[in-house]
Amino acid sequence: MTRFDLAIIGAGPAGMAAAATAAEVGMSVCVLDEQPRAGGQIYRDVERAAGLRGDILGKDYTQGAPLVAGLRQAVITHVGGAVVWAIEPGFRISYTCDGAAAQIEAARVLLATGALERPMPLPGWTLPGVMTAGAGQILLKQSGVLARRAVLVGSGPLLYLIAVQMVRAGTPPLALVETQRRADLIRSAQHLGGALRGWRYLLKGLGLLAEIARARVPRHTGATEIEVEGEGRAEAVSFESRGKHHRIACETVYLHHGVVPNTQAARSLGVSHKWNAAQACFVPVLDEWGQSDVPGVCIAGDGAGIGGARVAEIAGRLAALKLAEEAGRLSASDRDDRATPLHAALSVERAARPFLDVAYPPYAGAIAPTDTTVICRCEEVTAGDIRSYAGIGCLGPNQTKAFGRAGMGPCQGRYCGLTVTALLAEANGQSPDETGYYRIRPPLKPITLGELASMDGPEKDAAG
Amino acid sequence: MSSDYVIIGGGVVGLSTAWGLLKRGLRVTVLDGDDGSFRASRGNFGLVWVQSKGMNQPRYARWSQTSAAAWAEFATELGEATGQDLGLEQKGGYDFHFSEESLLATVEKYEALKEKLDGNYPFEVLGRNALRKEEPHIGPKVMGAILHHQDGHANPLRLLRALAADVRRMGGRVLTGRTVTDVTKPDGFRVICADGAIVEAGKLVLSAGLGAALLGPKLGFKAPVRPQRGQVLITEKLPKIINRPSLIARQVDEGGVQIGATNEEVGLDDGVTQPGLSGLAAEAIAAYPVLARAQLVRSWGALRVLSPDGLPIYQESAEMPGAYLVTCHSGITLAAAHARFLPDWLEGTEAAPDLEVFGEARFS
Amino acid sequence: MKPAFLELSPDAHRVPVRFAGETLMLPEGANLAAALLAAGVTVLRHTPVSGAPRAPFCMMGACFDCLLEVEGVVRQACMIEVTEGLEIARPHEGPCDDTL
Repeated sequence: MTRFDLAIIGAGPAGMAAAATAAEVGMSVCVLDEQPRAGGQIYRDVERAAGLRGDILGKDYTQGAPLVAGLRQAVITHVGGAVVWAIEPGFRISYTCDGAAAQIEAARVLLATGALERPMPLPGWTLPGVMTAGAGQILLKQSGVLARRAVLVGSGPLLYLIAVQMVRAGTPPLALVETQRRADLIRSAQHLGGALRGWRYLLKGLGLLAEIARARVPRHTGATEIEVEGEGRAEAVSFESRGKHHRIACETVYLHHGVVPNTQAARSLGVSHKWNAAQACFVPVLDEWGQSDVPGVCIAGDGAGIGGARVAEIAGRLAALKLAEEAGRLSASDRDDRATPLHAALSVERAARPFLDVAYPPYAGAIAPTDTTVICRCEEVTAGDIRSYAGIGCLGPNQTKAFGRAGMGPCQGRYCGLTVTALLAEANGQSPDETGYYRIRPPLKPITLGELASMDGPEKDAAG
Repeated sequence: MSSDYVIIGGGVVGLSTAWGLLKRGLRVTVLDGDDGSFRASRGNFGLVWVQSKGMNQPRYARWSQTSAAAWAEFATELGEATGQDLGLEQKGGYDFHFSEESLLATVEKYEALKEKLDGNYPFEVLGRNALRKEEPHIGPKVMGAILHHQDGHANPLRLLRALAADVRRMGGRVLTGRTVTDVTKPDGFRVICADGAIVEAGKLVLSAGLGAALLGPKLGFKAPVRPQRGQVLITEKLPKIINRPSLIARQVDEGGVQIGATNEEVGLDDGVTQPGLSGLAAEAIAAYPVLARAQLVRSWGALRVLSPDGLPIYQESAEMPGAYLVTCHSGITLAAAHARFLPDWLEGTEAAPDLEVFGEARFS
Repeated sequence: MKPAFLELSPDAHRVPVRFAGETLMLPEGANLAAALLAAGVTVLRHTPVSGAPRAPFCMMGACFDCLLEVEGVVRQACMIEVTEGLEIARPHEGPCDDTL
């Protein structure tokens, strides 16, 4: 088994930047990434797609290309298409690639596993034709595939970005159904002072809104009672807005009300997590370098708390500096010299975040869905089921998992975990921290039994 | 408010016992742990199993048979009360053998046990061809199997949920998120919890699984239970490929194939390991080669609650009469016995089963 | 009516792929889930719980709604690239599901 100084899980901005920094100081690095080509979701397939449709996707996307190029160094082993399914202490990392099982060892691990779309369970969200807005963007970035008749539902800057990209590509969305209310915008004003330090983000946001307005895409704000209607596939979105009922016929619905850290790998290693009320999600407990409470494990990028691509890149470099210092490749003073400008840049890049979190809160109707709404897509468990399990003594999501299978399917709770915690917290009058989260175990992603069986089994004397 | 019984431990063992007591009109309070407690009730293999049990103690074999025989009626009654299908299937189960020697050696032991059980031990030996007729997907490495007709399996999680619901429906008081710190017996029992709650009851049942090792001595029990880890795998939902359960694999009523289990003495570590999972996967594929292409969706480690000889412990405390230790490794198999017959033993009725061989005297 | 999805580069090199008994011409090297959507496929699978139809949802390997049986193994379409002659079926609905 090959042993590396550092294993990096994920080749998005955090993972790619960390790899380059670690390589600079002479560490041997292995980057394991699920996608065939580096970039993460934000720069997905950027080397292939930038030339083809860079005009539609914009400079924020094409700027990822140099990071990808930075992976091509002798001391960096980048394994594309590597689906990591177990990280065990030591560290022994098991993954599957091209249908075959493989393993590496590493002295240290950096988790750069990014974000997931915040689950948005509302009636009809499991119908074919309903996707996340992130999925819509990935279709465009990687494949040049666009929805012809789409409605965008939810809130947040990503919704505006994809709307503009669709406009530029000549297939504007039929409408934006936005859940944020005027009151949210007014409350967010108190954070404007901080946000002005991150003025580039605000300017971009205003530019996007102007492009949407020029294309005459209708915007409905303060939407509630949102449902996707259809027999066997999405046919329309219905909702209330400003006291009126609306129904918009469509074929595709893109949902988005923020992104949340993908904590699966960190949780499987036993990293402590805490509820972050401002971002309404769990985040790992980390120091200013991204070091977790599990020795040898750092976390950078959106998986450490949502900050976006620029924050991820800087945090990746900081974590790499810390790990290099621990490994004896850098003195503490060298590390700090290199880190000082990065820490300063980080605080500027993070300045707009509090404003955005308040201006675009999650859709309340999807945080506490109606009883009949499916909240676990894999096992088709409803919000009402979870509430009824609270009534027979379930204090946390692991007991509801046993009672009703929510979180037992192949997605391992990625798209129901936060909803189950929220429902139980509400029903039991507990905080999200008291309620807790799923215990995440290997396999982090399914693996065939055949692949598993091809790996070494237990030592004979320990088999029992 | 005082109860007739306080039951420490809200897993399948505690809840089956509570359910049986409630059926008799007794007032019961159950104290249960939290979401992160070690819970064999959430991690077990779901077999309702007779064969291979009590090879050295026929009374245990008989107790398992008694429970297996009572399961169908128990499942129907509990299922109807809660609208739950407990997934019970009792059409026999296999012990697979990969060599002729091990098959013959096991048959010899079963024959000896059968004699001690007055012939009530209905098993048959299936050779390769006979087995293939029963299980078309069986692999060529399997030499044969012992088919025991009293074996079966159920959905253990639905059993747990049905018990949790029905105990409450019948008026049982269940307090969750509790850790018992002390028990005194000034007159009746006073059970003190970490959060300050105090529960009073005339009698007490300690069915706290591994927690009994800590609490037992305070009540005058030896409670020599230890954890033994079992790693378990479950696949994606598949079309029917396995007809009857075995100790290697069973297909659950939702479609997944459950594969088990390791036997590891690793203390209170309930983690999973790649070598552990790989060993189980290889064995399952040896039995059913078609499983090689199935996706493993989940795996977990759970801790068995084992006494030194692996048999259950049923013991009344000499120091604190009215306190009973009830603990076993096979909470699913014995659920029906605990619901139907254990209340007679606790209440000391005429119909009480003779459980003396399961007392703690055997550990002295 | 035109398919729900539009391809910006329809002139890519295409190869035959078998899906649920039909032959589709999909862009070589493309993301399989995206290529199927662009080819007008609306339902990739039916759930084993209720039989409800499902299609790609997250496109990033997280939701498992785009599961397909590819060469006999159930995998995520959004994590696979199109290659010539792929044999694909809806999971456990045949025709390449003869053993499981």
